[in-house]
Order: sequence, then C-alpha cells, then structure tokens
Amino acid sequence: MQPVAEFEEVKVHGAESHVAHHFPDAKAQVEAGKLGMWIFLATEILLFGGLFCAYAVYRANHPEIFVYAHHFLNKILGGINTVVLIFSSFTMAWAVRAAQLSQQKKLVRLLAATIFCGFVFLGIKYVEYEHKWKEGLLWGKRYKPAHAEVSKPKDVPPPKPLISVNPEERSTLPPPAVPPQGLSWEVRAASQETVVPQNVQLFFSVYFVMTGLHGLHVVAGMVVLFWILLRARRGEFSSAYFTPVDLAGLYWHLVDLIWIYLFPLLYLIH
Amino acid sequence: MAVPVGNALFGDNYLSHAKGWKSWLFTLDHKRIGVMYLVSILASFLLGGVFALLIRMELWTPQRTIMDANTYNQMFTLHGAAMIFLFIIPGIPAALGNFVLPLMLGAKDVAFPRLNLLSYYLWVAGAVLALVSIVTGAVDTGWTFYTPYSTTTNTSVISMTLGAFILGFSSIFTGLNFIVSIHKLRPPTMTWFKMPLFLWGLYGTAIIQILATPVLGITLLLLIAERALGVGIFDPALGGDPVLFQHFFWFYSHPAVYIMILPAMGVISELVSTFSHRHIFGYRFIAMSSIAIAVISFLVWGHHMFVSGQSNLASLIFSILTFLVAIPSAVKVFNWVATMYKGEVELATPMLYALSFLFLFGIGGLTGLFLGALATDVHLTDTYFVVAHFHYTMFGGTAIAFFGGLFYWWPKITGRMYREAWAKLGAFLIFIGFNTTFLAQFIMGAQGMPRRYYNYLPEFAPYHKVSTIGAFILAIGFVIAAGVLLHSLFAGEPAPANPWGAATLEWQTTSPPPHDNFETQPIPGDPYDVDRWVFDREAGGYVLAPSGAAGGRV
Ligand code: HEM
Ligand SMILES: [Cu+2]
Repeated sequence: MQPVAEFEEVKVHGAESHVAHHFPDAKAQVEAGKLGMWIFLATEILLFGGLFCAYAVYRANHPEIFVYAHHFLNKILGGINTVVLIFSSFTMAWAVRAAQLSQQKKLVRLLAATIFCGFVFLGIKYVEYEHKWKEGLLWGKRYKPAHAEVSKPKDVPPPKPLISVNPEERSTLPPPAVPPQGLSWEVRAASQETVVPQNVQLFFSVYFVMTGLHGLHVVAGMVVLFWILLRARRGEFSSAYFTPVDLAGLYWHLVDLIWIYLFPLLYLIH
Repeated sequence: MAVPVGNALFGDNYLSHAKGWKSWLFTLDHKRIGVMYLVSILASFLLGGVFALLIRMELWTPQRTIMDANTYNQMFTLHGAAMIFLFIIPGIPAALGNFVLPLMLGAKDVAFPRLNLLSYYLWVAGAVLALVSIVTGAVDTGWTFYTPYSTTTNTSVISMTLGAFILGFSSIFTGLNFIVSIHKLRPPTMTWFKMPLFLWGLYGTAIIQILATPVLGITLLLLIAERALGVGIFDPALGGDPVLFQHFFWFYSHPAVYIMILPAMGVISELVSTFSHRHIFGYRFIAMSSIAIAVISFLVWGHHMFVSGQSNLASLIFSILTFLVAIPSAVKVFNWVATMYKGEVELATPMLYALSFLFLFGIGGLTGLFLGALATDVHLTDTYFVVAHFHYTMFGGTAIAFFGGLFYWWPKITGRMYREAWAKLGAFLIFIGFNTTFLAQFIMGAQGMPRRYYNYLPEFAPYHKVSTIGAFILAIGFVIAAGVLLHSLFAGEPAPANPWGAATLEWQTTSPPPHDNFETQPIPGDPYDVDRWVFDREAGGYVLAPSGAAGGRV
C-alpha cells in the first residue's frame, strides 16, 4: 500500500498555490498531511502486527521449530541487508534536510542513493530466496528439503520453550488425536525427543510471509521515492515546500524499522 | 447574523455547480462523493435484500422450496457479505458522514479530498470483485470465511476476500480522512465539547476503522496466500492453527460491529435532540461513552469463540469484558430517553426511525448479555438466537438509524421535502415487519434451531413461516420508503434551509448547499441550542430568533 496522504498537497480544487482552499493556511495543511501520514503508518504497523502476533503464537507454542529452522537462514546476508537499510534511512533523512535547505542537486542525489539501497536490499533478498528455492526450503505445502544434511543440521541445541506457565513443561506438538489447541495454555502431553522437529515448514511459512510482505513494502517505498525524485528534478521542492519529501521519508523509515524487527526475530534465534 | 433561510435548488448549488458525468466521476467535492456513496450503498442494500428474501422463501418449508442446498449456502454468504462489507460498514460514515461532516464543522471539505475520491473508487473496486465472485462460482463459507473450510471449498473465495480486503482500505482511508478533518479543520471556537455528537460518533468509528481494519487485511491476505500458495498458517495439516484465524477475524470483526453502531448512535443523538426540540441531555456522557465503547470493543472479541477451543480462563475474561460494553451503551440510551422526557416530541419520520432504534437496539443489546454469559451462550451459540440478536443490533440498530439519518438529511442533500404521511407509513411497516421477522427467530433459536441450516425439523415450521411473512412486510415498507424518496426528487416541495429546527451548522446554509458549503462563514455555538430557532411560516422552516427575543416554537 502506498502512502497517499502526500498526494493531497497540491492544487486541490484548482487552487494555484500549494494551499488547498479548504485549509485556513499553509501550516494547517502541513500539519494535516503529517497527521494523516502518522495515522497511515499506524495502520501499517497493525497490518504487520497480525504477522508478529502469529509469529509470537507459533514460536511460543513450538520453539523447537524456530530454533531448528532458523539455522537455514543466512545471517551474513541478513546482516548486510540490515546495514543497507539503516544506511538508506540515513540518506533519506539527509535528503529531507537537503529539501529543507533548498539544496536541489543534493536532494536528487540522496534520493537516488536511497533508491539504490532499496535495489541492493532486494538483490540480496533475491539471492537468499533463490537459495531457499533450490534447497526446497519453502512455505507450507511447498516445503521439500532437498539434501539429507539439510534435514540434519550439525549443532542443534536442545529445544527450549520460550514462554511457559510451568518451567518444567516442554512444548511439543500435540499428539495427532488432540484437536488444535489454539492459544490455550493447558498442559501439553509429554515431550518427544527427535532432533528434527515436526512441521518445520511452519517456520518457512512465517518467514516467507513476513519477508515477502516487507519486500512488497520496500518496492512500494521505492516507487514513491522515485516519484518524489522526479518531482525534485523538476524543482518542486524548496525550504518553502517540502512536505511530500518529508512524508515519503517517514514511510521509508517505517519500512526500515519493520526490517529491524524482522532480522533478529527470524535470523538470530537462541 | 444573516442565516440563509431558503432553498437554492434554482440558484447555484453543489448539484448545479458543474454539469456532465465527468463532473461527478472526478469530483473532489465531499458532497458529491457522499451522494455517489449513497447511491452505491443503497444499491448494495437492494442486492443484499433480494438475497435475504430468497433465503426466507427457501425456508418457507422444511424441505427444498425454491433452491438446492448449495445455492442456499451461497445465498446466505452473499447476503451476509453484501450487507456487512458493502452496506452497513460504509453506510453511515461514507455516505451520510461524508456529506455532513465538513458541513457540521463549518468547513469547505474534508482534509484530503483526493483520498476521499480514492476511497470511493476502492469501494467500487471491492464491490466489483465481490460481484465477480458471484459470477465465477459464488462463495459458500458464510461471511466469516472460517478456515479450514474456506481454504478447501472450491468456490471463488479468493475474489471475494480480495474484494473485502480492498473494501477494508476504503474504510481505513475514510477513517483517516475524518480524524484529520476533525483535528485540523475544526474552527477554533468549536472546542471538542462543542462538537455535534454525530462527529463524536464518527471520530470513535474512525479510530476503530484505523486500528482494527488492518488486522482484517492481513488475515484475508493470509487466507488468500493459503488458498493460492498453500502457506498453511491456518491449516492444521501443515502445522497451522485454524483457531488463530478466528482470533484474527474477530479481533477485527467485533470492533467492526462498533464501526457499524457508533455512527448510528451519533445519528440518533442528533435526531432525538432535534425532534424533542430540547437540548441534548448529558452531552459529555454521550460523547465520552462513544470513546469508551471504541476502547472496550477491542477487548471482547473472544466472545465469538466460547466454543471454538479457547481456554476457559480466556473465555471467562472475555465474558466479563463483554458485559462492560453494556455500560456505555446504556449510558447513551438513558441520556436519549432523558432528552425526550419533558421535551416536545415531534413524531416526524426521522424521529419514528429514532424511536424504532431505541426499541430495537434495546432488545438487541439486552439479548447480547445472554450471549456474553458463558453458560447460556454454549446453548445459544450458532442458533437463530444469535441471528436474531445481531439483526436487532445491526439492522434494528444501525440500518434503522441510517434510514432515520437519510430522511433527516434528505432535504439538505436534495433540496426537496418528501411526503410525510407516506414516509411515516413506510417507517411503521418496517418496524412491524422487522419485529415479525426476528422475534420469531429468538424463539426458535432458544428452542434449538441452528443457524445456516437448509432443512429443519417440522416443529420449527410455524416460526419460519412467520419470519418469512415478516420479511415481506419489511420489503413492502422499504418499497414505500424508496418510493417516497424518489417521488420527492421529482415532485417534492423545495426544502427550507432548516426544516426541523436543528442548531448544528449544516442547517445554516441553503438546501442544497452551495459548492463551497457556506455563503458566509457560520459561527459555531452550542450545537444543541435549539431554543434559538423559531418556526417561520413565510420561510416554511426555522430561522434564528431575533437576538433578545425568547425562542420557542410558534
Ligand atoms: C451490548 C452490546 C452487545 C453485546 C453484549 C453483544 C454480545 C454478543 C455475543 C456474546 C455474541 C456471540 C454470540 C455467539 O456466537 O454465540 C454476539 C454476536 C454478534 N453480535 Fe453482538 N453484542 C452486542 C452488540 C452488538 C452490536 C452493536 C452489533 C452490530 C452492530 C453486534 C453484532 C453481532 C454480530 C454480527 C454477531 C454474530 C457474529 C457471528 O457469529 O456471525 N453486536 N454478540
Ligand atoms: Cu462481538
């Protein structure tokens, strides 16, 4: 979903200036745009909130799956991507500053740098996805691990429950005859001692859904930034008017922020 | 201060401001967007209503009457989905709210007019996708799309859920627009507690729209991914958990029932004060209870899952929280009744709808308590008792308030008055038809008639027959109401600026309003200071009493 709030800035009802006729003054209009953007960001957080919630439920109920499966993610590539996005947030913030100071050329360059970081991120993500594809480490129905060694990684620590009412209790799958337990905290059946836990595909489902949706947001953010870049080249922004740059920046920071949560939750599990 | 008293039908107004279909389809005027929403939403109501009549006809006899079992399953799904996603959720905010909110603020438009138009087209896109699903094999999951059935049935779940997903974004953008408009376009002299209560209702609604709808969005996306790609997050065969779907779904859909009812309560506050010709009683309580309802509504979703395998502790907590909702709801009802007490109640058509609302919503809310109590719910859940309960709240509550609001603002929207006598007859038949239809359902539900069943035991036949007859009385009522409104468009008397004697700002401009809403900027005062308005025979409506003179009706 793209941020739409900043589309509202110009020429509503055919007015010449940047102030639409239904706002008392420019300040009210800028404030309205910002409030709108923040509210929009809140909806984005809640959209991902559902996924974080699913993550929490499954990880709490089946920590062994997450501990086992996260070894298949490439920490190095994930780490590089984290750095790339943090750096792009930095260039974005600087771009907003450049717009505020009417530094036209610098603004264009910084926006281009931000978009470039987006491409690097997507490229690295592609390498990761492709690797998973080859190994058959895909979501739900498509999970078909290719190599024997893949199904038995070397150093799998014994499963440890993350949250548990009773510290003695260990989370396992419910035995087949028991219906799904949902969020119930009732004591589960005794443990089972396999190295490769059942239902590993669940981790990859969560992984692909979360990173996939995030990836779509990166793409949407890049499209918006590209549009801002075109407008910046036409010289539309200056210290007098830079709200669209500002709002697009906010959106980009949110996209980065979500990744900063995704990285440790998916790649760095203990 | 010069307040326009007259009718602008024959002068410059928002309807005559620009001509041609393009001036409608690309309009940024909140009034025109509101009218487009109104037409589309009423069309959806008609569609959903036809499905409802077909369902009721099928249930005339215990066996097959007019359709086979599969078609029946599709009918109730389409009925529910059309009524909920296309009609009742956008109904009051997007159609009436869009038209009235800027006027009530004394503003020229909503904060983001383009976003407003975008959300209308998102609504259209969602509606088209829903229609596509009907053509390409319909949906038979019920409007709740529960997994694992919805991931295994071979009907077109994807296009329906994608439609609902897009409708969700339409709803989010409307909410976003309203919140920003209320914060940033409110005139400095209109403090929060000088705001009309309809705006408080819309504000509470917008908060829920923004915080709950994205969760529905992700739920539906996961469902689509599940069907299209087999991600298995809700599929027990792949280690997923179908109950998680229910949690997600109700985390949105319970608050969604307050997306439906809060604006309705806002409408009722306006109607009750205006037609009692009395200042609203307990303004602050009504305003704050809207916010209280919005907050509590996020904490009770588990009452839809008492028998779905949720832990007993969770059920207990959800049950307690559910009872809390009754408090702010009752606060409102008592304040409305207190407003009418010693007021001069005028039984105009909108007021008849408001009184229907009080009666029907009262029953709907009180029967909710039986469903919120664990022990009784286990018996009543998934029976016709639930069906009757939510129709009393959603139809008897929200839809009735919507029609009350429609008759109330109709002269402002169109510049025409309708025939009171016929309009009252319509309202009366709707009330009678409604109770005939749904009271019978309470009884058979309590006796064990399950919901969503195609065939039933012959013992239930009399109740079903009564219910079906009621549905047709209802339909006649709506046909009359529609006829009254359509007739007014062609033959109605020109409406005065303020036909009812209300004190909110939308009545201080001509009917219909000019393109920019007000010729002269109105000065907001107490929105319920109705005593300052006196009936003027010459204008055919209410005008401001000359300052100093005591107000009142002549
Ligand atoms: C005092 C207020 C209310 C209470 C205590 C209440 C309580 C409940 C409970 C406990 C259920 C679950 C019944 C079951 O599945 O066994 C339920 C169902 C339902 N309620 Fe309410 N409710 C209230 C108000 C409303 C309002 C205002 C609306 C809509 C405008 C509404 C719409 C619905 C719907 C649609 C369902 C059925 C959902 C389904 O299972 O398909 N309720 N209510
Ligand atoms: Cu509920």
